[in-house]
Order: sequence, then C-alpha cells, then structure tokens
Amino acid sequence: MSILVGLLLVVAIIAITYIGVEVLGLSALFGIVLPYVAVACFIIGFIYRIVKWAKSPVPFRIPTTCGQQKSLDFIKQNKIENPSSKGWVVVRMILEVLTFRSLFRNTKAELTEDGNLAYQWEKWLWLFALMFHWGFFFVLVRHLRFITDPVPGFVQLWEKIDGVFWVNLQALYLTGFIMVAGLGLLLCRRLFLDKVRYISLLNDYFPLFLLLGIGCSGILMRYLTHVDVTRIKELAMGWVTFNPTVPGDISIMFYIHLALVCVLLIYFPLSKLMHAGGIFFSPTRNMANNNRMVRHENPWNPVVKVHTYEEYEDEFRDKMRAVGLPLDKDE
Amino acid sequence: MTKLAKPADLLKINYKPPMTSWMDTPTVYKPGTYSYACKPESLKIVDMPNPRTWQTTDEDWQLPENWKEIVLDGLRDRLQRFRSLKLFMDVCVRCGACADKCHFFLGSGDPKNMPVLRAELLRSVYRKEYTLAGKYMAKMVGARELTLPVLKEWFYYFFQCTECRRCSVFCPYGIDTAEITMLARELLGLLGLSIDWIMGPVSACYMKGNHLGIQPHGIVDSFDMINDDIEDITGVRLDLSYNRKGAEILYVPPSGDVFATPGTYSLMGQLMLFHEMGLDYTLSTYNSEGGNFGLFTSNEMMKRLNAKIYAEAKRLGVKFIIGGECGHMWRVINQYMDTMNGPAPDNLEVPVSPVTGTVFHNAAGTKMIHVCEFTADLLKHNKVKLDPSRNKGVIATYHDSCNPARAMGLLDEPRYILDHCVEWYEMPEETIRENTFCCGSGAGLGNDENMEMRMRGGFPRANAVKYVKEKHGVNMLACVCAIDRAALPALMKYWNPGVEVCGVHELLGNALVMTGEKKREENLRFEPLQNVEEDDE
Repeated sequence: MSILVGLLLVVAIIAITYIGVEVLGLSALFGIVLPYVAVACFIIGFIYRIVKWAKSPVPFRIPTTCGQQKSLDFIKQNKIENPSSKGWVVVRMILEVLTFRSLFRNTKAELTEDGNLAYQWEKWLWLFALMFHWGFFFVLVRHLRFITDPVPGFVQLWEKIDGVFWVNLQALYLTGFIMVAGLGLLLCRRLFLDKVRYISLLNDYFPLFLLLGIGCSGILMRYLTHVDVTRIKELAMGWVTFNPTVPGDISIMFYIHLALVCVLLIYFPLSKLMHAGGIFFSPTRNMANNNRMVRHENPWNPVVKVHTYEEYEDEFRDKMRAVGLPLDKDE
Repeated sequence: MTKLAKPADLLKINYKPPMTSWMDTPTVYKPGTYSYACKPESLKIVDMPNPRTWQTTDEDWQLPENWKEIVLDGLRDRLQRFRSLKLFMDVCVRCGACADKCHFFLGSGDPKNMPVLRAELLRSVYRKEYTLAGKYMAKMVGARELTLPVLKEWFYYFFQCTECRRCSVFCPYGIDTAEITMLARELLGLLGLSIDWIMGPVSACYMKGNHLGIQPHGIVDSFDMINDDIEDITGVRLDLSYNRKGAEILYVPPSGDVFATPGTYSLMGQLMLFHEMGLDYTLSTYNSEGGNFGLFTSNEMMKRLNAKIYAEAKRLGVKFIIGGECGHMWRVINQYMDTMNGPAPDNLEVPVSPVTGTVFHNAAGTKMIHVCEFTADLLKHNKVKLDPSRNKGVIATYHDSCNPARAMGLLDEPRYILDHCVEWYEMPEETIRENTFCCGSGAGLGNDENMEMRMRGGFPRANAVKYVKEKHGVNMLACVCAIDRAALPALMKYWNPGVEVCGVHELLGNALVMTGEKKREENLRFEPLQNVEEDDE
C-alpha cells in the first residue's frame, strides 16, 4: 500500500508538472517561482532542524566504543573506534560520513539446519548505499556547470573523468548511472527482503521513488530527448543572478526533472533525509570516550535526594556496633 | 512459573514476519517471556509515583486518569533535555542493518525485537505528536495514537531489551537502542510501571547499600565466610577492614560477588591479590554495591544510587577507588559518574598503583579504576607470582560483557590476565569484543519468570560457546560481570551442559602464589586440583 502511494505521489508530481507547463503554460511558475520557493524551504528548513538539534543539550557522554580503550601503556588503544581525543573523534566521524564505516561492519546472521548461528558476509547494503550517495554527490558536482560562469576547473576535470566512456559520440557520465543503480538496488532490498519490507513506510518509499524519478528524468533528458543545454544554463544563471527569465522552448522533461528536484528540496528538511545533517550530531559517534579523564557537564544536572551515610548509621548503629564496625556517632 | 521448552523446541524459530503489519499485531504476554510487576513498597521507598499492587497480566493497570498526558508531557520534556532522543527519533532511515544484530530477535524471531521496530514503538507516538504527516496520514507514515495497548506493548518490549548496545555498533548513525529503552523506561516509570526485579534491588540499594538489602552485620558475616574459605584453601587469613577511615583505597565490588557463587570465587581472587600486594584498602557497608539498577530505571535514580560511591570515598578520606568485575556498573562509572556526581571529592587523587607506581591517567578525572586495569598492570611488572598449572584441566573462553565492551572498551585487560593464568580460546570474532552478544539477562531481566526469553536472548552467546567447546574442549566461560555470573550458569546448563562460569579473577586466584600459603590441593571452589597428582608421582 505505502509502496503504491509512494509511487503515485511521484507520478502525480510528474502529471501536475506536465499539465502545468504543457497545457496551462505556467512555465514561469515551474521554472522560476517553484525553484526559489524550494531552495528557500530547503535552506530555512535545514538550518532550522540543525539549530534545533544543536540547541538541545547533551547531558551525558555516551560514545559507543568499538575497540580497545585507552588505559595502560602496553595495551594498544584503538584510537579510531575508541577515540579519547577530539582529533581521533574527527577521524572516526570522517570515516563514518565518507565511507559508512559502521555499515561496513554488517554481517548476516542465519540459523542453520543443525541449530547453529552462522554469520555471513553481507556488504550489499553498504555497497548500494555507497553507490547512491557518492553517485549523487558527483552528479551534483557536475551540475555546478549550470550555475557557474566560467565553469570552475575542478568541475571540468571531473566531467572528463566521469565521462571517460563515449557512446554515440557523446560522453556517458558514469556517476549518474551508478546513482540510479544504487537507488534501484536499495529499492529492491525494501521490496524483496522480508524484514526490510516489514519495517518500510511511505517515508521510505517516497524519497526512493522521488530520487529515482530525478535520476531517470535526468538521464532521459541527456541521452534521449536531448534538451537544449544552453537554454537551461541561461535559466539557471538567471536564478543565481536573481534576474530570472524563462527562455522559451525547453523540453518538458526538463520541467519534470526540475519539479522533482524542487519537491525533494522541500521534503528534505521534513523527513528522514535529514540524517545527512543528523549524523554529525550523533552522541554515540561524535564524542570521545574520555569521561574518566575529563569531566562532561550536564547543563541540567538534577538535584536528587540521596540516602546519606548519617541516615544509614542512624538506622543500623546497634547492629554495626555489635560486629565492631567503626561509627561516626557512637552514643 | 511455566515449564521451559526443550532446547530443540526453542530453536524452532520463525524469522518470517507475520502477515499483519506490526501496528496491527497485538502484544501477547506469554508466560516465560515477561517479568513480574514491581511492588508498591519498593516504589514508595524511592518516591516513585503510583504505588499499588498490580500484575503485568492484569487487564487494569490502575493508571492515573491522566496517564496519557503524563507520558506525553514526559516525552516532550525528555526531547528537550536529551539530544540523543530527539536525534534518534528523527534520523532513522529503516535500512535494517540492526535487524539481525539483536540477540532477542535472533532467539525469538519476533520482529518487534528488531532494534529498528523496538524504536518505532516509541517513534510512532513521537510522529503522531510532532510531525505534520504523522497527524494526518498516521498509519502510512508509521504514526499512531498513544493508547493503552500501545503502552502495554512498550512495557513488554522495553523490558525485553537488555540495553546491550550491540545494534548501535552497526547503525550507520549510531542510533543506540539502549538510550531509547532507558528513556522509554523513564516514561513508564512516571506511571509507576516497572518490574519487581529492578525496583526491588533499587529500593534495597537505596536504603541498605546493596541490591539484596543485606544489612551491615550481614555483609561482615559474608566476608567472614569468604575469608574462612580462603583460609581453608590457602592457609592464609586475610585482614579485611570495613568503613575504615584513612585507608588509601576504597574497593567497591558488585554485591552479587559477595553473596552468590560463582561470583564469590572471583571476589576471593581479588581479595587474595590485594592481600598479597599489601594494599591499604577498605570495604564499605554503606556503599556495598558497585552495580546500579538505577541505570535501568531513570537517570535520576542512577544518580541517587551512584552518589554513595563519592560520598563514601570522601567520608573515609581515601585516595582513589578500585571497582570490581561488574558490567553495567562500569557503564555508569565510565560514562555517567563524573558527570552526575563529580567532580570527585578533593581528597581523591589521580590513581597511582602503590605496587608499580603506574599512574592511571585514563582515570585522572573520576579517580576510579577497574580491577582488571589494576591487575593487568601488576602482571606486566611481574609483581605477581603465578602458578598457572593449578588451572590445569580448565580450558576457558572469554565473554566480553556488553557494557565494558561497548561503553568503555575494556577488552584486552582481562585477556591479558587470562593469558597469564589459564589455557583459553577466543570465540568467533562476530561474537566477541565490540561484537559481543549479551547474556540475555542484563538490564534487570535476569529473573526466573522471564526464563524462556532469557534462554532465547542468550542463545547467540551460548551458540558461540558451543563452537569453542566442540573445537577446543572449552569447559569454562570467563567474564567480568556479576549479572553474567548470575545468568550464564543457567544459560550454559540449558544450551551447553558441562561449561562452568567464572570471573577472571577466580582463575587468577587459583594461580596466585601467596606468601606463607600451604600446599594448595583445592581450587577456590574446593575442587581437587588436577596438577596435584602429577606432582606426587
């Protein structure tokens, strides 16, 4: 059910865009107003969510330690997985964010016929996730060409590397295909693995279909419908110079691509996609395991009632005296 | 109490999720898989709300009329106080990496024991209250109203999590189900909902200083008996002191090691070592508990119970503190104590081993070190005379207790001690160190009525022990946790008969050569030593 709704929502966005641009001729709405609104929503929403997390206190230092602690000189500390200083926390975070290190640990547990648990190699989730995220990142890098003039050297360089394969006299940008393949495989996991299907919600299917829509429309427009790139660049430069005009005659495929991106930008801060910012705030990853060395302050450290030694001795004085325990007040 | 099924029957686990969505699958309180409700007396002692006589299986839980408001206010309050909770409610993408990492899921196949769904139980209510989509599209976006069945579901599953943090190792965002469970239990506590096996120890510990509620003279008696046993076995009588002002060190073991085997054997090993090293240390009856079931109740309760350690260290004027072999105790000390009850009293100093002069910089703030850190340092400096042949016949393996592994990283210190004392083998790498599996009875769930769930939850651990038992003939499971020592014997008896359980320091105690000792003929369990016959020949 939520699979279907997720898909239908994306189809609806496409249909609305088609009707809006082709039938009603609202190219200014879809080409100028919507992008501005979407970017504003994204920036404001993203910052709002980050600020909200950043402002909430971290009462306790609770890193998940995944290796040997710092203790005695002759015992080798695992500085990455059990950092005791800020510098190594940064290393741990970099590995987490750029290589999905925790996901790389993944194994699959299976109960065998003879009643034993076997742990098997299972890096597919890690691989698919890496494919999508890095693919997406490099696709974004390439898109910088539309909003820069002159196009920076690193973008041009990356285009050369990314488009090293040529088919039909044009460069085939690998990262776009890797991104879409990653998304497709992630979707397959949700559809075909029992456990993952059982936990999946509309909140999971919708962004997958949305991103697939973005990726596929992008690929279609570049390799099949051949949109007029110069006009798109004109439009995009208009956005960033705050002097937008709608050049006539851009393919509908572009408007669909753009509308899906805009919906993604609007949806992003409202959704689980915020894990992109959230990962940096995760107290089990971004804190050093040095609580026995350096005190961590809890801003709301509560005042609590305790049972004092005096109360304890008052209650048990006779019994304590009888077994010869020292007393603070011996009356 | 219901009869426990045979191991082969318990292993008929169906991992296929049911046809109904998890929101439509009702919670069944099956005998053997839940814990009994807390008693009103224990709640009253520690000023917790709604003390009354009730049972988990009662239709009517006798909740206050505005219970829903209390829980939702409590949730709002905690979302503001804990970044962890807010973040963990927001960022999960349901990738499923955690699903088969939970020992309770592996042992039961119940999808709500997948860490992701355990968290969704709470997250669904969060969505309803705090997200736009949750308000209007409810079920499709995983949102739902807080109702009595939901509350009962929370109680069942949040007291079916041992806060072991294994899932958080594998989560790409480090979402820690232990944190979610702890806060969910705080919410339940606002309605006076907890279990007897937690609130009993909490209230006893608050008033009397230890989980069993043993009074001061009883503690002295127990140590006397331990001392008698040591004297019988070694011919050496230890000079134990209690509540002694001016001692250099306060030693805080978990009380489980004082009152029940096989913990007592491990405690004997530690006391013998301290004696042999001539440590100037004292025990406390007021603070006769290293463990802290407050951790399983609320952060405030944890603070109230933990406060005694520094209070006693201050009153006695000691220089530093040594803590015993206990799992969750070390989560509290390593990650919470200094924050909650610190800074350490002025009389405490950065711990320095009086035997080797080693400065424990890693405890420069809390001034409290783990006994395994202390012992490993002694061994490194050759300060301890050992005769490992006394452990002949023992083939050990080492179980990393969850909290020292994943909330501290005490991994190689106990291994270093074992290296010096006994022949031992590692279990498969997916089941040790940061990947270690829980005993299935942690976080207050080690009670008898919960036995089926304990055996299910402990299955992954037991199965790894079985592997080294068959491969290397392992017959001893060593650990550094008092809950392990209470829980693992039953687990081994059920899954791997013939494997015994011990603390690391028991094996050290067996091997320890003491000044003035008689010829040892028995180990600390009064069993004949296997190396004796050979010597005689």
